[in-house]
Amino acid sequence: MLKILKYSFYDLIRSRWSYVYLLFYLALGFAMLYLNNDLSKAVITFMNIIIILVPLISTIFGVMYYYNAQEFTELLLAQPISRKSIFMGQYLGVGLSLTLSLVLGLGIPFISYGLTTSSAIWDFSLLLITGAFLTLIFTALAFNIAVRNDNKIRGFGYAVLMWLFMAVIYDGLFLLSLIAFEEYPLDKFSLTATLLNPIDLSRTLILLKLDISALMGYTGAIFKAFFGTGTGLVVSFAALIAWAVIPVFALIRKAGHKDF
Amino acid sequence: MIEITGLYKTFGKNPVLVDLDLAIPDRGIFAILGPNGSGKTTLIKSILGMALPNKGSILLHGKAIKNQSAYRNQIQYLPQIANFPNNLTVTELINMLKDLRNQPCSETALIERFGLQPFLKKKLATLSGGTKQKVNIVLAFMFDAPLIILDEPTTGLDPAALIKLKELIRLEKEKGKTILITTHIMQFVEEMADEIVYLLEGKMYFKGTVQQLMQNTNAPDFEHAIAAISQTTNA
Repeated sequence: MLKILKYSFYDLIRSRWSYVYLLFYLALGFAMLYLNNDLSKAVITFMNIIIILVPLISTIFGVMYYYNAQEFTELLLAQPISRKSIFMGQYLGVGLSLTLSLVLGLGIPFISYGLTTSSAIWDFSLLLITGAFLTLIFTALAFNIAVRNDNKIRGFGYAVLMWLFMAVIYDGLFLLSLIAFEEYPLDKFSLTATLLNPIDLSRTLILLKLDISALMGYTGAIFKAFFGTGTGLVVSFAALIAWAVIPVFALIRKAGHKDF
Repeated sequence: MIEITGLYKTFGKNPVLVDLDLAIPDRGIFAILGPNGSGKTTLIKSILGMALPNKGSILLHGKAIKNQSAYRNQIQYLPQIANFPNNLTVTELINMLKDLRNQPCSETALIERFGLQPFLKKKLATLSGGTKQKVNIVLAFMFDAPLIILDEPTTGLDPAALIKLKELIRLEKEKGKTILITTHIMQFVEEMADEIVYLLEGKMYFKGTVQQLMQNTNAPDFEHAIAAISQTTNA
Protein backbone atom coordinates (compact mmCIF):
# COMPACT_ATOMS: atom_id res chain seq x y z
CA MET A 1 0.00 0.00 0.00
CA LEU A 2 2.83 2.39 0.84
CA LYS A 3 4.25 2.01 -2.66
CA ILE A 4 0.92 2.90 -4.25
CA LEU A 5 0.61 5.81 -1.83
CA LYS A 6 4.08 6.93 -2.84
CA TYR A 7 3.28 6.86 -6.56
CA SER A 8 -0.11 8.55 -6.23
CA PHE A 9 1.35 11.20 -3.99
CA TYR A 10 4.32 11.75 -6.27
CA ASP A 11 2.03 11.92 -9.29
CA LEU A 12 -0.13 14.59 -7.63
CA ILE A 13 2.75 16.60 -6.23
CA ARG A 14 3.98 17.00 -9.79
CA SER A 15 0.63 18.07 -11.14
CA ARG A 16 -0.05 21.73 -11.77
CA TRP A 17 -3.27 21.74 -9.77
CA SER A 18 -1.57 20.96 -6.47
CA TYR A 19 0.53 24.09 -6.93
CA VAL A 20 -2.46 26.19 -7.92
CA TYR A 21 -4.20 24.99 -4.76
CA LEU A 22 -1.13 25.66 -2.62
CA LEU A 23 -0.56 29.12 -4.13
CA PHE A 24 -4.20 29.98 -3.61
CA TYR A 25 -3.92 29.26 0.11
CA LEU A 26 -0.60 31.08 0.38
CA ALA A 27 -2.09 34.15 -1.28
CA LEU A 28 -5.21 33.93 0.84
CA GLY A 29 -3.22 33.43 4.03
CA PHE A 30 -0.89 36.38 3.45
CA ALA A 31 -3.65 38.66 2.20
CA MET A 32 -5.95 37.92 5.12
CA LEU A 33 -3.31 38.29 7.79
CA TYR A 34 -1.44 41.31 6.47
CA LEU A 35 -4.33 43.31 5.03
CA ASN A 36 -6.58 42.69 7.97
CA ASN A 37 -5.73 44.15 11.34
CA ASP A 38 -8.33 42.23 13.25
CA LEU A 39 -7.21 38.69 13.91
CA SER A 40 -10.59 37.34 14.95
CA LYS A 41 -12.14 38.67 11.73
CA ALA A 42 -9.37 36.94 9.79
CA VAL A 43 -10.16 33.69 11.58
CA ILE A 44 -13.83 33.97 10.64
CA THR A 45 -12.97 34.59 7.01
CA PHE A 46 -10.61 31.64 7.01
CA MET A 47 -13.29 29.53 8.60
CA ASN A 48 -15.88 30.41 6.00
CA ILE A 49 -13.47 29.62 3.20
CA ILE A 50 -12.26 26.39 4.73
CA ILE A 51 -15.74 25.18 5.47
CA ILE A 52 -17.11 25.74 1.98
CA LEU A 53 -14.10 25.53 -0.27
CA VAL A 54 -12.13 22.64 1.24
CA PRO A 55 -15.03 20.18 0.83
CA LEU A 56 -15.68 21.41 -2.72
CA ILE A 57 -12.06 21.15 -3.84
CA SER A 58 -11.59 17.76 -2.13
CA THR A 59 -14.74 16.41 -3.74
CA ILE A 60 -13.82 17.58 -7.24
CA PHE A 61 -10.19 16.51 -6.87
CA GLY A 62 -11.15 13.11 -5.52
CA VAL A 63 -13.59 12.35 -8.33
CA MET A 64 -11.21 13.72 -10.97
CA TYR A 65 -8.27 11.74 -9.66
CA TYR A 66 -10.22 8.51 -9.52
CA TYR A 67 -11.43 8.82 -13.10
CA ASN A 68 -8.04 9.97 -14.40
CA ALA A 69 -6.26 7.12 -12.68
CA GLN A 70 -8.54 4.42 -14.08
CA GLU A 71 -5.88 3.19 -16.50
CA PHE A 72 -3.26 3.21 -13.80
CA THR A 73 -5.68 1.31 -11.56
CA GLU A 74 -6.22 -1.36 -14.21
CA LEU A 75 -2.49 -1.73 -14.63
CA LEU A 76 -2.18 -2.19 -10.87
CA LEU A 77 -5.06 -4.67 -10.64
CA ALA A 78 -3.14 -7.10 -12.86
CA GLN A 79 -0.15 -6.97 -10.48
CA PRO A 80 0.29 -9.01 -7.32
CA ILE A 81 -1.18 -6.26 -5.14
CA SER A 82 -4.42 -6.54 -3.18
CA ARG A 83 -7.32 -4.28 -4.10
CA LYS A 84 -7.35 -2.90 -0.60
CA SER A 85 -3.78 -1.69 -0.96
CA ILE A 86 -4.47 -0.15 -4.35
CA PHE A 87 -7.49 1.87 -3.27
CA MET A 88 -6.23 2.78 0.18
CA GLY A 89 -2.98 3.92 -1.40
CA GLN A 90 -4.70 6.06 -3.99
CA TYR A 91 -7.12 7.57 -1.48
CA LEU A 92 -4.37 8.45 0.97
CA GLY A 93 -2.24 9.81 -1.86
CA VAL A 94 -4.96 12.29 -2.82
CA GLY A 95 -6.08 13.05 0.72
CA LEU A 96 -2.60 13.64 2.07
CA SER A 97 -1.40 15.76 -0.84
CA LEU A 98 -4.46 18.01 -0.53
CA THR A 99 -3.98 18.20 3.22
CA LEU A 100 -0.34 19.11 2.67
CA SER A 101 -1.31 21.95 0.29
CA LEU A 102 -3.77 23.27 2.86
CA VAL A 103 -1.49 22.99 5.85
CA LEU A 104 1.53 24.47 4.06
CA GLY A 105 -0.52 27.10 2.25
CA LEU A 106 -2.07 28.45 5.44
CA GLY A 107 0.64 27.35 7.86
CA ILE A 108 3.44 29.36 6.24
CA PRO A 109 1.56 32.69 6.43
CA PHE A 110 0.50 31.88 10.00
CA ILE A 111 4.08 31.24 11.07
CA SER A 112 5.53 34.21 9.22
CA TYR A 113 2.94 36.47 10.81
CA GLY A 114 4.16 35.30 14.17
CA LEU A 115 1.01 33.49 15.23
CA THR A 116 2.96 30.73 16.94
CA THR A 117 3.76 33.09 19.77
CA SER A 118 0.34 34.72 19.97
CA SER A 119 -2.69 33.58 21.90
CA ALA A 120 -4.56 32.93 18.64
CA ILE A 121 -2.42 29.89 17.92
CA TRP A 122 -5.11 27.47 19.11
CA ASP A 123 -7.78 29.05 16.92
CA PHE A 124 -5.54 28.67 13.91
CA SER A 125 -4.49 25.14 14.79
CA LEU A 126 -8.13 24.22 15.08
CA LEU A 127 -8.73 25.73 11.63
CA LEU A 128 -5.99 23.59 10.15
CA ILE A 129 -7.13 20.44 11.97
CA THR A 130 -10.75 20.76 10.86
CA GLY A 131 -9.54 21.65 7.35
CA ALA A 132 -7.46 18.47 7.27
CA PHE A 133 -10.42 16.42 8.50
CA LEU A 134 -12.74 17.94 5.92
CA THR A 135 -10.20 17.18 3.17
CA LEU A 136 -9.93 13.52 4.18
CA ILE A 137 -13.70 13.15 4.66
CA PHE A 138 -14.72 14.66 1.34
CA THR A 139 -11.98 12.91 -0.61
CA ALA A 140 -13.25 9.61 0.79
CA LEU A 141 -16.85 10.48 -0.07
CA ALA A 142 -15.79 11.49 -3.59
CA PHE A 143 -13.93 8.20 -4.10
CA ASN A 144 -17.06 6.36 -2.96
CA ILE A 145 -19.17 8.15 -5.52
CA ALA A 146 -16.64 7.58 -8.30
CA VAL A 147 -16.18 3.88 -7.58
CA ARG A 148 -19.96 3.39 -7.76
CA ASN A 149 -20.41 5.29 -11.02
CA ASP A 150 -18.55 4.25 -14.14
CA ASN A 151 -20.22 7.08 -16.01
CA LYS A 152 -17.96 10.06 -15.34
CA ILE A 153 -20.55 12.74 -16.00
CA ARG A 154 -22.97 11.13 -13.59
CA GLY A 155 -20.20 10.65 -11.03
CA PHE A 156 -19.28 14.32 -11.21
CA GLY A 157 -22.92 15.29 -10.96
CA TYR A 158 -23.52 13.21 -7.84
CA ALA A 159 -20.31 14.50 -6.27
CA VAL A 160 -21.26 18.14 -6.77
CA LEU A 161 -24.77 17.41 -5.50
CA MET A 162 -23.32 15.73 -2.43
CA TRP A 163 -21.23 18.82 -1.71
CA LEU A 164 -24.18 21.13 -2.32
CA PHE A 165 -26.31 19.06 0.03
CA MET A 166 -23.75 19.04 2.83
CA ALA A 167 -22.70 22.68 2.46
CA VAL A 168 -26.00 24.38 1.72
CA ILE A 169 -29.15 22.26 1.55
CA TYR A 170 -28.56 20.49 4.86
CA ASP A 171 -28.46 23.80 6.70
CA GLY A 172 -31.62 24.91 4.96
CA LEU A 173 -33.47 21.78 5.98
CA PHE A 174 -32.06 22.07 9.47
CA LEU A 175 -33.34 25.64 9.81
CA LEU A 176 -36.73 24.76 8.33
CA SER A 177 -37.14 21.93 10.79
CA LEU A 178 -36.16 24.23 13.67
CA ILE A 179 -38.87 26.66 12.59
CA ALA A 180 -41.45 23.95 11.97
CA PHE A 181 -40.93 22.35 15.37
CA GLU A 182 -40.16 25.46 17.37
CA GLU A 183 -42.74 24.56 20.01
CA TYR A 184 -40.78 21.48 21.03
CA PRO A 185 -37.48 21.25 22.85
CA LEU A 186 -34.94 21.01 20.08
CA ASP A 187 -31.59 21.09 21.83
CA LYS A 188 -30.95 17.33 21.48
CA PHE A 189 -32.15 17.41 17.90
CA SER A 190 -29.94 20.32 16.90
CA LEU A 191 -26.90 18.85 18.62
CA THR A 192 -27.41 15.54 16.80
CA ALA A 193 -28.08 17.27 13.48
CA THR A 194 -24.84 19.19 13.88
CA LEU A 195 -22.88 16.07 14.66
CA LEU A 196 -24.28 14.37 11.56
CA ASN A 197 -22.84 16.88 9.10
CA PRO A 198 -19.06 17.30 9.11
CA ILE A 199 -19.31 20.83 7.69
CA ASP A 200 -21.68 22.02 10.42
CA LEU A 201 -19.66 20.23 13.02
CA SER A 202 -16.44 21.96 11.93
CA ARG A 203 -18.13 25.34 11.85
CA THR A 204 -19.56 24.87 15.32
CA LEU A 205 -16.24 23.74 16.73
CA ILE A 206 -14.45 26.80 15.36
CA LEU A 207 -17.15 29.31 16.31
CA LEU A 208 -17.27 28.06 19.87
CA LYS A 209 -13.52 28.25 20.11
CA LEU A 210 -13.74 31.92 19.16
CA ASP A 211 -15.85 32.83 22.19
CA ILE A 212 -18.46 34.54 20.09
CA SER A 213 -21.07 31.96 21.02
CA ALA A 214 -22.68 34.57 23.24
CA LEU A 215 -23.91 36.14 20.02
CA MET A 216 -25.78 32.97 19.20
CA GLY A 217 -28.32 33.23 22.01
CA TYR A 218 -29.86 30.31 23.80
CA THR A 219 -28.76 27.69 21.25
CA GLY A 220 -25.25 29.04 21.48
CA ALA A 221 -25.35 28.54 25.20
CA ILE A 222 -26.53 24.95 24.82
CA PHE A 223 -23.87 24.29 22.19
CA LYS A 224 -21.25 25.86 24.38
CA ALA A 225 -22.38 23.69 27.28
CA PHE A 226 -21.98 20.60 25.12
CA PHE A 227 -19.08 21.27 22.73
CA GLY A 228 -17.15 23.37 25.22
CA THR A 229 -16.75 20.49 27.65
CA GLY A 230 -14.22 17.69 27.45
CA THR A 231 -16.94 15.17 26.59
CA GLY A 232 -18.28 17.40 23.86
CA LEU A 233 -14.86 17.81 22.32
CA VAL A 234 -14.22 14.07 22.43
CA VAL A 235 -17.63 13.35 20.90
CA SER A 236 -17.09 15.91 18.14
CA PHE A 237 -13.70 14.58 17.20
CA ALA A 238 -15.05 11.04 17.38
CA ALA A 239 -17.76 12.13 14.93
CA LEU A 240 -15.18 13.66 12.59
CA ILE A 241 -13.06 10.52 12.77
CA ALA A 242 -16.13 8.36 12.08
CA TRP A 243 -16.90 10.57 9.08
CA ALA A 244 -13.38 9.95 7.79
CA VAL A 245 -13.19 6.23 8.56
CA ILE A 246 -16.63 4.92 7.55
CA PRO A 247 -16.43 6.09 3.90
CA VAL A 248 -12.97 4.54 3.62
CA PHE A 249 -14.38 1.19 4.74
CA ALA A 250 -17.26 1.56 2.31
CA LEU A 251 -14.78 2.33 -0.45
CA ILE A 252 -12.64 -0.73 0.28
CA ARG A 253 -15.73 -2.92 0.47
CA LYS A 254 -17.17 -1.68 -2.81
CA ALA A 255 -13.82 -1.86 -4.61
CA GLY A 256 -13.41 -5.45 -3.43
CA HIS A 257 -16.66 -6.48 -5.11
CA LYS A 258 -16.34 -4.56 -8.35
CA ASP A 259 -15.52 -5.84 -11.84
CA PHE A 260 -12.83 -3.94 -13.69
CA MET B 1 -1.95 -25.39 -15.12
CA ILE B 2 -5.24 -23.53 -15.05
CA GLU B 3 -8.43 -25.40 -14.14
CA ILE B 4 -11.71 -23.61 -14.61
CA THR B 5 -14.90 -25.30 -13.49
CA GLY B 6 -18.49 -24.16 -13.80
CA LEU B 7 -17.55 -20.53 -14.36
CA TYR B 8 -20.57 -18.28 -14.57
CA LYS B 9 -20.52 -14.51 -15.02
CA THR B 10 -23.24 -12.03 -15.83
CA PHE B 11 -23.05 -8.29 -16.38
CA GLY B 12 -26.43 -7.02 -15.28
CA LYS B 13 -28.89 -9.44 -16.86
CA ASN B 14 -26.56 -10.24 -19.69
CA PRO B 15 -24.82 -13.63 -19.26
CA VAL B 16 -21.25 -13.48 -20.55
CA LEU B 17 -19.78 -16.75 -19.33
CA VAL B 18 -22.19 -19.65 -18.93
CA ASP B 19 -21.03 -22.69 -16.99
CA LEU B 20 -17.59 -22.68 -18.59
CA ASP B 21 -15.24 -25.62 -17.98
CA LEU B 22 -11.73 -25.35 -19.27
CA ALA B 23 -8.38 -26.88 -18.43
CA ILE B 24 -5.19 -25.38 -19.79
CA PRO B 25 -2.09 -27.50 -19.24
CA ASP B 26 1.42 -26.14 -18.68
CA ARG B 27 3.64 -25.31 -21.66
CA GLY B 28 2.43 -24.18 -25.02
CA ILE B 29 0.55 -21.48 -26.82
CA PHE B 30 -3.22 -21.45 -26.47
CA ALA B 31 -5.38 -19.21 -28.61
CA ILE B 32 -8.74 -18.16 -27.18
CA LEU B 33 -11.00 -17.36 -30.10
CA GLY B 34 -14.59 -16.34 -30.55
CA PRO B 35 -16.73 -13.61 -32.06
CA ASN B 36 -17.02 -10.20 -30.38
CA GLY B 37 -18.81 -10.46 -27.08
CA SER B 38 -18.21 -14.18 -26.69
CA GLY B 39 -16.53 -13.70 -23.30
CA LYS B 40 -12.83 -13.90 -24.18
CA THR B 41 -11.77 -10.80 -22.30
CA THR B 42 -14.08 -11.62 -19.39
CA LEU B 43 -12.46 -15.05 -19.16
CA ILE B 44 -9.01 -13.49 -19.08
CA LYS B 45 -10.05 -10.88 -16.54
CA SER B 46 -11.54 -13.62 -14.36
CA ILE B 47 -8.22 -15.45 -14.38
CA LEU B 48 -6.53 -12.20 -13.36
CA GLY B 49 -9.10 -11.56 -10.64
CA MET B 50 -10.19 -8.27 -12.22
CA ALA B 51 -13.68 -9.56 -13.01
CA LEU B 52 -15.28 -11.54 -10.21
CA PRO B 53 -17.26 -14.60 -11.36
CA ASN B 54 -20.75 -15.18 -9.96
CA LYS B 55 -20.19 -18.91 -9.66
CA GLY B 56 -17.51 -21.49 -10.34
CA SER B 57 -13.86 -21.78 -9.47
CA ILE B 58 -10.51 -21.05 -11.04
CA LEU B 59 -7.46 -22.93 -9.85
CA LEU B 60 -3.95 -21.90 -10.78
CA HIS B 61 -1.42 -24.65 -10.10
CA GLY B 62 -4.01 -26.30 -7.86
CA LYS B 63 -4.75 -23.23 -5.73
CA ALA B 64 -8.02 -21.30 -5.83
CA ILE B 65 -7.44 -17.69 -6.84
CA LYS B 66 -10.57 -16.24 -5.28
CA ASN B 67 -9.82 -13.17 -3.13
CA GLN B 68 -6.09 -13.73 -3.56
CA SER B 69 -3.57 -11.33 -5.01
CA ALA B 70 -0.12 -12.84 -4.55
CA TYR B 71 -0.72 -15.44 -7.27
CA ARG B 72 -0.55 -12.66 -9.85
CA ASN B 73 3.24 -12.65 -9.58
CA GLN B 74 3.02 -15.83 -11.66
CA ILE B 75 1.16 -13.99 -14.42
CA GLN B 76 2.26 -11.43 -16.96
CA TYR B 77 -0.60 -9.64 -18.65
CA LEU B 78 -0.87 -7.56 -21.78
CA PRO B 79 -4.13 -5.62 -21.68
CA GLN B 80 -6.22 -5.08 -24.77
CA ILE B 81 -6.06 -1.30 -24.80
CA ALA B 82 -2.68 0.18 -24.01
CA ASN B 83 -3.65 2.99 -21.66
CA PHE B 84 -1.09 4.21 -19.21
CA PRO B 85 -0.79 7.01 -16.70
CA ASN B 86 -0.12 9.83 -19.13
CA ASN B 87 2.29 12.00 -17.22
CA LEU B 88 4.90 9.29 -16.65
CA THR B 89 7.81 8.61 -18.97
CA VAL B 90 8.47 5.12 -20.34
CA THR B 91 11.43 4.62 -17.99
CA GLU B 92 9.43 5.78 -15.00
CA LEU B 93 6.63 3.37 -15.82
CA ILE B 94 9.04 0.45 -16.20
CA ASN B 95 10.79 1.33 -12.94
CA MET B 96 7.50 1.71 -11.16
CA LEU B 97 6.36 -1.77 -12.16
CA LYS B 98 9.73 -3.22 -11.20
CA ASP B 99 9.39 -1.57 -7.81
CA LEU B 100 5.81 -2.78 -7.36
CA ARG B 101 6.49 -6.38 -8.34
CA ASN B 102 9.89 -6.81 -6.79
CA GLN B 103 10.76 -9.68 -9.12
CA PRO B 104 13.77 -10.35 -11.34
CA CYS B 105 13.34 -8.30 -14.46
CA SER B 106 15.05 -8.12 -17.84
CA GLU B 107 13.79 -5.11 -19.74
CA THR B 108 16.97 -4.02 -21.57
CA ALA B 109 16.90 -6.77 -24.20
CA LEU B 110 13.20 -6.15 -24.83
CA ILE B 111 13.69 -2.42 -25.24
CA GLU B 112 16.39 -3.12 -27.81
CA ARG B 113 14.31 -5.73 -29.57
CA PHE B 114 11.52 -3.24 -30.19
CA GLY B 115 13.80 -0.26 -30.73
CA LEU B 116 12.32 1.76 -27.89
CA GLN B 117 15.56 3.46 -26.76
CA PRO B 118 14.67 6.85 -28.33
CA PHE B 119 11.32 6.90 -26.50
CA LEU B 120 12.51 6.08 -22.99
CA LYS B 121 12.51 9.67 -21.74
CA LYS B 122 9.26 10.62 -23.48
CA LYS B 123 5.94 10.89 -21.73
CA LEU B 124 3.48 8.14 -22.50
CA ALA B 125 0.84 10.61 -23.65
CA THR B 126 3.02 11.68 -26.57
CA LEU B 127 3.61 8.18 -27.98
CA SER B 128 1.81 6.82 -31.04
CA GLY B 129 -0.58 3.88 -30.72
CA GLY B 130 1.93 1.38 -32.11
CA THR B 131 4.73 2.62 -29.85
CA LYS B 132 2.42 2.42 -26.84
CA GLN B 133 1.66 -1.17 -27.79
CA LYS B 134 5.41 -1.89 -27.92
CA VAL B 135 5.79 -0.45 -24.42
CA ASN B 136 2.83 -2.57 -23.41
CA ILE B 137 4.62 -5.65 -24.76
CA VAL B 138 7.85 -4.81 -22.94
CA LEU B 139 5.90 -4.46 -19.69
CA ALA B 140 4.18 -7.78 -20.25
CA PHE B 141 7.34 -9.74 -21.06
CA MET B 142 9.92 -8.20 -18.76
CA PHE B 143 9.23 -10.41 -15.75
CA ASP B 144 9.88 -14.09 -15.62
CA ALA B 145 6.46 -15.56 -14.81
CA PRO B 146 5.23 -18.98 -15.91
CA LEU B 147 1.92 -17.75 -17.36
CA ILE B 148 1.66 -15.06 -20.00
CA ILE B 149 -1.73 -13.66 -21.02
CA LEU B 150 -1.90 -11.56 -24.17
CA ASP B 151 -5.15 -9.80 -25.05
CA GLU B 152 -5.01 -8.74 -28.72
CA PRO B 153 -1.21 -8.40 -28.78
CA THR B 154 -0.99 -7.50 -32.47
CA THR B 155 -3.06 -4.29 -32.29
CA GLY B 156 -1.29 -1.40 -34.01
CA LEU B 157 1.99 -3.20 -34.65
CA ASP B 158 3.89 -2.76 -37.92
CA PRO B 159 5.02 -5.93 -39.76
CA ALA B 160 8.58 -5.72 -38.44
CA ALA B 161 7.37 -5.45 -34.85
CA LEU B 162 4.91 -8.28 -35.44
CA ILE B 163 7.75 -10.59 -36.53
CA LYS B 164 9.69 -9.62 -33.40
CA LEU B 165 6.65 -10.31 -31.24
CA LYS B 166 6.24 -13.77 -32.78
CA GLU B 167 9.92 -14.55 -32.14
CA LEU B 168 9.48 -13.40 -28.57
CA ILE B 169 6.42 -15.58 -28.01
CA ARG B 170 8.22 -18.62 -29.44
CA LEU B 171 11.22 -17.92 -27.22
CA GLU B 172 9.02 -17.83 -24.13
CA LYS B 173 7.37 -21.07 -25.18
CA GLU B 174 10.80 -22.73 -25.45
CA LYS B 175 11.35 -21.75 -21.82
CA GLY B 176 8.35 -23.90 -20.95
CA LYS B 177 5.84 -21.15 -20.30
CA THR B 178 2.10 -21.19 -20.86
CA ILE B 179 0.89 -18.46 -23.17
CA LEU B 180 -2.76 -17.50 -23.61
CA ILE B 181 -3.57 -15.30 -26.59
CA THR B 182 -6.79 -13.75 -27.80
CA THR B 183 -6.80 -12.31 -31.28
CA HIS B 184 -8.90 -11.86 -34.39
CA ILE B 185 -5.96 -12.32 -36.76
CA MET B 186 -6.42 -15.91 -37.93
CA GLN B 187 -3.09 -16.08 -39.69
CA PHE B 188 -1.38 -15.31 -36.41
CA VAL B 189 -3.29 -18.11 -34.70
CA GLU B 190 -2.55 -20.63 -37.44
CA GLU B 191 1.12 -19.83 -37.26
CA MET B 192 1.55 -19.67 -33.50
CA ALA B 193 -1.07 -21.63 -31.59
CA ASP B 194 -0.58 -25.19 -30.37
CA GLU B 195 -4.19 -25.43 -29.42
CA ILE B 196 -7.27 -23.30 -29.88
CA VAL B 197 -10.21 -22.75 -27.57
CA TYR B 198 -13.29 -21.43 -29.32
CA LEU B 199 -15.81 -19.61 -27.14
CA LEU B 200 -19.33 -18.91 -28.24
CA GLU B 201 -21.96 -17.19 -26.14
CA GLY B 202 -19.99 -17.82 -23.02
CA LYS B 203 -19.53 -21.54 -23.54
CA MET B 204 -16.63 -23.57 -24.83
CA TYR B 205 -17.59 -24.60 -28.33
CA PHE B 206 -14.41 -26.23 -29.53
CA LYS B 207 -11.03 -27.16 -28.08
CA GLY B 208 -8.28 -28.81 -30.07
CA THR B 209 -5.56 -28.24 -32.62
CA VAL B 210 -5.90 -26.29 -35.84
CA GLN B 211 -5.76 -29.56 -37.84
CA GLN B 212 -8.59 -31.07 -35.82
CA LEU B 213 -10.73 -28.04 -36.48
CA MET B 214 -10.06 -28.16 -40.23
CA GLN B 215 -10.97 -31.88 -40.33
CA ASN B 216 -14.15 -31.30 -38.35
CA THR B 217 -15.37 -28.56 -40.61
CA ASN B 218 -14.03 -29.77 -43.99
CA ALA B 219 -12.99 -26.19 -44.71
CA PRO B 220 -10.27 -25.35 -47.27
CA ASP B 221 -8.30 -23.20 -44.85
CA PHE B 222 -8.24 -22.10 -41.24
CA GLU B 223 -10.03 -18.81 -41.75
CA HIS B 224 -12.96 -20.60 -43.40
CA ALA B 225 -12.95 -23.24 -40.69
CA ILE B 226 -13.42 -20.57 -38.03
CA ALA B 227 -16.10 -18.89 -40.10
CA ALA B 228 -17.77 -22.28 -40.55
CA ILE B 229 -18.08 -23.01 -36.83
CA SER B 230 -19.59 -19.64 -36.13
CA GLN B 231 -22.09 -20.20 -38.94
CA THR B 232 -23.14 -23.72 -37.90
CA THR B 233 -24.22 -22.26 -34.61
CA ASN B 234 -26.13 -19.40 -36.16
CA ALA B 235 -28.14 -21.78 -38.33
